Amino acid sequence: MPLDLIDSPDLDAGYREGLWTLNFGPQHPATHTTLRLVLQLDGEMVISAEPDIGFLHSGFEKLAEVLDYNQYVTIVDRMNYISPLANEIAWHHAVEGLLGIDLTPRCKYIRTIFAELMRIHDHLLCTGTCVLDLGGATAFMYAFNEREKIYEICERASGQRFHTSYTRVGGLLYDVTDDWIKMVRDFCKTFPQAYRDFAGLVMKNRIFVERTRGVGVLSKQDAIAGGATGPVARASGVERDLRRDEPYLAYDDLDFDVCCAQGGDCYARFQVRMMEMLESLKIIEQAVENLPSGPVFISGTGKEGLPDKTEVYRSIEGLIHHFENIMPNRQMPSPKESFYGATESPNGELGYYIVSDGDFKAYRARTRPPSLLHFSLFNRMIQGCMLSDVAAVLGSINIIAAELDR
Amino acid sequence: MAETTNVKEHLESKLTGVSLAWSEYRSQRRVSVPSSSIEAALRALRDAGMDQLIDITAVDMLEYPGASDRFEVVYLLLNTTSGERLTVKTHLNEPDLKLPSAYPIWIGADWPEREVYDMFGIIFEGHPNFKRLLLPDAFESFPLRKDYPVKGRGERHNFPIITRAES
Repeated sequence: MPLDLIDSPDLDAGYREGLWTLNFGPQHPATHTTLRLVLQLDGEMVISAEPDIGFLHSGFEKLAEVLDYNQYVTIVDRMNYISPLANEIAWHHAVEGLLGIDLTPRCKYIRTIFAELMRIHDHLLCTGTCVLDLGGATAFMYAFNEREKIYEICERASGQRFHTSYTRVGGLLYDVTDDWIKMVRDFCKTFPQAYRDFAGLVMKNRIFVERTRGVGVLSKQDAIAGGATGPVARASGVERDLRRDEPYLAYDDLDFDVCCAQGGDCYARFQVRMMEMLESLKIIEQAVENLPSGPVFISGTGKEGLPDKTEVYRSIEGLIHHFENIMPNRQMPSPKESFYGATESPNGELGYYIVSDGDFKAYRARTRPPSLLHFSLFNRMIQGCMLSDVAAVLGSINIIAAELDR
Repeated sequence: MAETTNVKEHLESKLTGVSLAWSEYRSQRRVSVPSSSIEAALRALRDAGMDQLIDITAVDMLEYPGASDRFEVVYLLLNTTSGERLTVKTHLNEPDLKLPSAYPIWIGADWPEREVYDMFGIIFEGHPNFKRLLLPDAFESFPLRKDYPVKGRGERHNFPIITRAES
């Protein structure tokens, strides 16, 4: 294939001159957000693709050095905005690891439910737009219908549909209500039918299968050496899932399978995401039925967790407690250490490497964005494919530019 | 935890005479390697089973209490079979901000190394396509350094505007 051809020094200079350079993006419907590809084409065949990113760079990591551990949650929301709560959970997972905080069982379960709802939320968008980019608008609408229900569940718990900013160090902004539990149960009841409708339209659709099978293959070797994680790595046969391998939150108590495929192509990635949605639903059903009672914040009086809002508004002790936890010179000290906390976000391993100098804010907080590593492998996936496959491969690795550029 | 000792023994046998500082925090193992032997250390760790490079990042220690070196470059490694993790740190001082690229060892080092250069100005020698990743090529500062202000230095307002005719 042209893969070896392009690197070989004795490549005919005339051939190189005959290649056609095409700018793909930054404004293109298939890039979803703003990213640019410079494609070298031989006829319709892609010889090489050079991604050009950074259009959405907003200095999030610099902001992490100014905002405290609770304030920065509003920024991580805006990284992978397809699954905002998954970012919040990852961020506070790393912070709590650094501070050595063990959450209450109820908080763990609620976070687990949200993490899995976000996985369904993210996979619905990814699979839906993957089909949309290949011309199937109906399936996309089916997927968005279900996403709307998840937005409503987020709204009921946090007051926000999109950028929820719901987690706090040591707990959650609000406890959930019975109403919320009912909404989650309803979702668990209605989702399988919606899933069948969606999968029935796509999974055996001949056009879709032929456009994705064997396209954009990522070998297992490249997936490991290239830092691919999550569904992209699992579709290439790397059997790894942080929920099972490094259990956090309530995943240890729950029963689920790790979904893998062997093909490493767009269709395999699509299949893995489809299977994972059903596993997530299984986790949500178990977690919501076994939701423990009790507080969502650790300890009532210490500096680790914020006090309940009703206490803050109704008692002087609560207000003082709140003040002590919020004012910059009175907050809880953190150990002068560095810590890397990682979670299995819908896109792959989302980790935060935090260096602390003793304050309640990070000295340096590095985001390990799964999209960045996946997109760096794009050139390897697309070489030798057709121009029309660019949209298919881009859709299958679920690049979120806000997370990519931060 | 048999595998953990293996990695330590393997690294120490490959790097005889090099001072390695091992530490642990909440069961996360770290090793500090002198910048002159980082390439040999990373190669030895890859051979010891650390087949995935999770991330490369850097920290500017300018304002860190008690720090003696300016930059700390951090490699997060993972063994995908056993699930073992290791953090490798190395320290750099101005003006010698150069490290050998880890791209020949793990292809995943490609973009993280470019991002570290983009944000901190640390040069990775031997990288096949070494240039800024996120910021424009004409950008002169390294914004994640501690001596760079949060509000920037006005680059955004003075940025050259490319007209439609020129583009």
